[in-house]
Amino acid sequence: MSTQADAGGAMLASIHTQVMWNRLIAVVEEQAQALLRTAFGSVAREAGDLSAGVYDTGGRMLAQAVTGTPGHVNTMAAAVRHFLERFPPATMRAGDAYVTNDPWLGTGHLFDYVVVSPVFRAGRLIALFASTCHTIDVGGIGFSAEARSVFEEGTCIPHLKLMREGRLNEDVLAIIEANSRNPVEARGDILSLVSCNDVGAARLLEMMAEFGLASIDALAAHILAQSRAAARAAIARLPRGTWRAAMRLDGYDSPIDLHACLTVDGERLTVDFAGSSPASARGINSPKCYTDAYAVFGLKCLIAPEVPNNAGSLEPFEIVAPPGSVVHPSRPSPVTARHVIGQMLPDLMFGCLAEAAGGAVPGESAGSIWVLAMARDAAAGAPFNVMSVGLGGTGARPTKDGLSTTAFPSGVGGIPVEVTEAQAPLVFWHKEFRPDSGGAGRHRGGVAQRIVVGARDGGGFTCAAATFDRRANPARGRSGGADGARGRVAVETPAGQATYEGKGTIVVPPGGRRVVDLPGGGGFGDPAARDPRLVARDLANGLVSPAAARAVYGTHGDPEGGR
Amino acid sequence: MNGAARAGVRLAADIGGTFTDVVLETPAGRRSCKVLTTPRAPEEGVMAGIARLFEETGLGGGDVDLFVHGTTLATNALIERKGARTALLTTAGFRDVLEMGFEKRFEQYDIGIERPPELVPRPLRFTVAERVAADGEVLVPLDEAGVAAAARAMAAAGVEAVAIGFLHAYRWPAHERRARAIVADILGPRVTVCISGEVCPEMREYERFSTTCANAYVRPLMAGYLTRLAALLEAAGIDCPLLLMMSGGGVTTLEHAARFPVRLVESGPAGGAILAAHLARECGLADVMAFDMGGTTAKVCLIVGGAAERSRRFEVARSYRNQKGSGLPLRIPVIELVEIGAGGGSIGRVDAMARITVGPDSAGSEPGPACYGRGGALPTVTDANLVLGRIDAGRFAGGRIALDADAAAAALAAGVGARLAMDAFWSAAGISEIVEENMANAARVHAIERGRVIRNFTMIAFGGAAPLHAGRLAQKLGIRRVVVPSGAGVGSAIGFLRAPIAFEVVQSDHCLLAATAPDDANARLARMREEALAVVLPAARACGIDAAAIGQARTVELRYAGQGHELTVALPDGRLDAAALAALAESFEAQYERVYGLRVPGSAVEVVTWSLTLATAAAPAARAQAAQPSDAAAPAAPRAAWEPALGRRTAFGVPWRFDRTGAERVAGPALVAEHETTTVVPAGWSASVDSLGNLVMEADA
Repeated sequence: MSTQADAGGAMLASIHTQVMWNRLIAVVEEQAQALLRTAFGSVAREAGDLSAGVYDTGGRMLAQAVTGTPGHVNTMAAAVRHFLERFPPATMRAGDAYVTNDPWLGTGHLFDYVVVSPVFRAGRLIALFASTCHTIDVGGIGFSAEARSVFEEGTCIPHLKLMREGRLNEDVLAIIEANSRNPVEARGDILSLVSCNDVGAARLLEMMAEFGLASIDALAAHILAQSRAAARAAIARLPRGTWRAAMRLDGYDSPIDLHACLTVDGERLTVDFAGSSPASARGINSPKCYTDAYAVFGLKCLIAPEVPNNAGSLEPFEIVAPPGSVVHPSRPSPVTARHVIGQMLPDLMFGCLAEAAGGAVPGESAGSIWVLAMARDAAAGAPFNVMSVGLGGTGARPTKDGLSTTAFPSGVGGIPVEVTEAQAPLVFWHKEFRPDSGGAGRHRGGVAQRIVVGARDGGGFTCAAATFDRRANPARGRSGGADGARGRVAVETPAGQATYEGKGTIVVPPGGRRVVDLPGGGGFGDPAARDPRLVARDLANGLVSPAAARAVYGTHGDPEGGR
Repeated sequence: MNGAARAGVRLAADIGGTFTDVVLETPAGRRSCKVLTTPRAPEEGVMAGIARLFEETGLGGGDVDLFVHGTTLATNALIERKGARTALLTTAGFRDVLEMGFEKRFEQYDIGIERPPELVPRPLRFTVAERVAADGEVLVPLDEAGVAAAARAMAAAGVEAVAIGFLHAYRWPAHERRARAIVADILGPRVTVCISGEVCPEMREYERFSTTCANAYVRPLMAGYLTRLAALLEAAGIDCPLLLMMSGGGVTTLEHAARFPVRLVESGPAGGAILAAHLARECGLADVMAFDMGGTTAKVCLIVGGAAERSRRFEVARSYRNQKGSGLPLRIPVIELVEIGAGGGSIGRVDAMARITVGPDSAGSEPGPACYGRGGALPTVTDANLVLGRIDAGRFAGGRIALDADAAAAALAAGVGARLAMDAFWSAAGISEIVEENMANAARVHAIERGRVIRNFTMIAFGGAAPLHAGRLAQKLGIRRVVVPSGAGVGSAIGFLRAPIAFEVVQSDHCLLAATAPDDANARLARMREEALAVVLPAARACGIDAAAIGQARTVELRYAGQGHELTVALPDGRLDAAALAALAESFEAQYERVYGLRVPGSAVEVVTWSLTLATAAAPAARAQAAQPSDAAAPAAPRAAWEPALGRRTAFGVPWRFDRTGAERVAGPALVAEHETTTVVPAGWSASVDSLGNLVMEADA
């Protein structure tokens, strides 16, 4: 009888542990929702560029909300450890909160403030909550890749105490507000970070009361052990060995080469970026924490998509990069548009895994999103400053076509034309699929788009081109698939179109239009092996031209196969 | 309320995927029946149900004073992509808005996701030269010859419906109207033509075009169905007004429903929410969480101040694990609810981290849970409830389905227990706890999104599986009172009879509040009122409701210019003047401060959308009298069942619900049985039946 009761007790404890794990994930989702509801910047709100998570007292991440961007996965995991070095647990008091936006200690650029809040129960530190969001403005030259150092990019707040035992440190806020073009919103974002951490802490304490816990250490150990084991088991299913991949990007003023060497050694996996180009002089560099995030994101997509992100599941993935490189820049390299490099890394990881995964790996995608920052200063007419995004195609999958006009790996979506036109005197004359842009293959790469914009009032305007990569170096096909179409930028005037090659600011003269052709996704497999019915469908849809159908697929669109 | 003017005989019919529920209410009481849905001619099922109730009651068609109807027909046509062959005519340069969608992935880690197929394929998407700017300036005049050419191409392609969507037509629909005239002229009266400025006059082109195309796509089907139904009703001598239930919780006329059928999707859940709101008023409850749990999903809706929360964002036909973003967006007035892939048929599994997961996939009714004995081998929530002792194998679904407890235990042991070294009982306990945890988490996040504190709410539970899980769910949410109405199995149809005749007209604007001229605002609101009256008045008159009894609610959505936090501010009655508009800015900022904790001084306030709703008064609520509690008689034949709060199996009393009178209190743990379901009263809770027949469970102090 007593053994039966003991067995029952063990079963019950096991069920409770599972329920608490679920609850912890729900707690950080609530924390993220609370932040999403009150954050100010449209990047945070519309694109979900924010993050929230819970950590044990050793700074190990236990659960993280799934939000719009993978760029915060490992960055947040590492950021809390940096805080603990500066503020050891013994010095923490209930009601404290700490802040930084240091790109190297936070999440990779100055725009992300990170706030960490310790949680106490019965006078004992039991957990930490952390959150971050992309705030509108941090001073400096604004959201641009043009700065030559991080000092030009804005104001850096080192690790500081934001709250002291429940009291706001107004000195810190005064510095942040004084250095922002949007001081009210900057303050609002910081306060949102504090209060969303409080929401998480309150819910955690409720859970501990419900289950009668004095500490979450046992729960943390279980979560980390199970997750680590699941990640290791997933890695162990790969063959042992070392694989390499390289990728050339346009870069800012000279091409950038990314090299990665992936080693699978049983249950561990190491990626070494040795050989990658040195840091760029402009702000497209990806700090190591951000490099870790996108590299691991790419790997997890293929290896262990179902394993949640926490310190345990991330542990078997080791990322190494040479200091001073474009994927591990040193201070004071500029880093604002870190996504230009960071968001290319999943494709590079796919390249490394292509052989290990028996070829079942997608073609390359358009990759990093093109930020369409369009502006005019008062000297040139009615001033405006709006930001939109341009999205190309994703790579073809091993069993199906790529996704058209969709970001990968970013989770950001497009912005409605009607919304942008209501904000600025701009007219979008064209925003439509770009035929023949998806790389040919047994499975076709995702189709990109052409976007044509002019000013309504006949004035000129400018457009930053720093994020427009894959113009010289297309998204490559896989397993015999063709490359996606290259990106292209031009200025159109009554005299005709002039292609713009550089990464600096595009000047659109009065009456002119800016033409952007986004890059297409790479194809997968031999185009000759494509199902003729799919070629016929693409022809009927006008996504593949008759000339391309003949030249690339060798068909005239006869579904019965006129190959 | 739709029939309030005369307390007569009222019929309601709710066509669902499997069953069609028909309810007949007379001053003497309520009768209901369930008949199988007849997918090819759904009106036949409706008429069969009506005939059965007439037979039972001796009433006839001439006795009926009102008929309210809701149907999933439009929803199913969208899910199964079985609507009309539809073409889209749009602004040159924007052929692919519909297919590009939100241009994002709805799931981060799955590289295999597919976007839902668009309703109008590319060859049927035509463009024409025309362009209107955001402020209404015509940048390119409408190419009328181009419209005619497109219309002829549509005719050649054999289209049955046409949607017209031009940029900025939410505010400037002149080009769309002219194009409609040309297209209608060429294609003739047999082809449906819908314009975006009428179907959905809201900014954001993808959502507006998606809504307009969906309307065109289902209109021929719905118009045909409604016409056939009207003919059958007439033949049966039912010559009373026929009203249709809309997703926003109001009812409308057949003529209007046939023009804007997209507003009929999700009428079933709306009926459930309306019923819950009605019960909330009857029970005098301010804040209610409506909890509906059926075979495949659970739905949670918040009811505040006696009215269900509404929104204008909805997604139909989700194609990927019920995930946000995997369906078609519709901008229509809807009851705001969160749907969770958790029902009696939801399947339990163990994941790579040795965690029990439940749903969102369901065993459905075929093969159904393992205990149905129809070949289902995967363990479901129903199997768990059977093994846990909550369900009586001999009395499930009124005794119509005999349950096989051994099959359930075997499926639980194999599907969950084997990986976790648990027996069938503990596997079942795990599934039960996890599904309840999932629902609690979703409800809590939904409340947070809406800025509500769920623990202060009362739960109203209906739907076949809800009473089994309501008590535990309430415990997890900190809720201390749960109401289980009687007749909950046909709750949506009953809700139809409580719905007001109502219609909401919205109009996107986008201009600074300070730049809004009172005359313009008044003129706009007057036009919107005319539009709403044209819908509401005929239905009200048909029901004998005086025009004076139609109430009006006007709101405006405001935000700080350039920000996305829109807040809804009520407009005062009567004509707006400069002072009233200035007061709006102050109301907005005060509300902003309440919600977000600060104001943004120096930021201009911007108008986003005007809204006007006309509605007849809500159904008058008969106030329920709380039961006078006394100690219960000892329950008969107690049964051993799982009690999660105790963490073990314990003896539950098994009283029969309809043996209870108001004077008796049932102490938990107890399983209150009735024909279609069982209500689990947890240990530490007690239950009684109030004067309206509701079972009310409360946590003991």
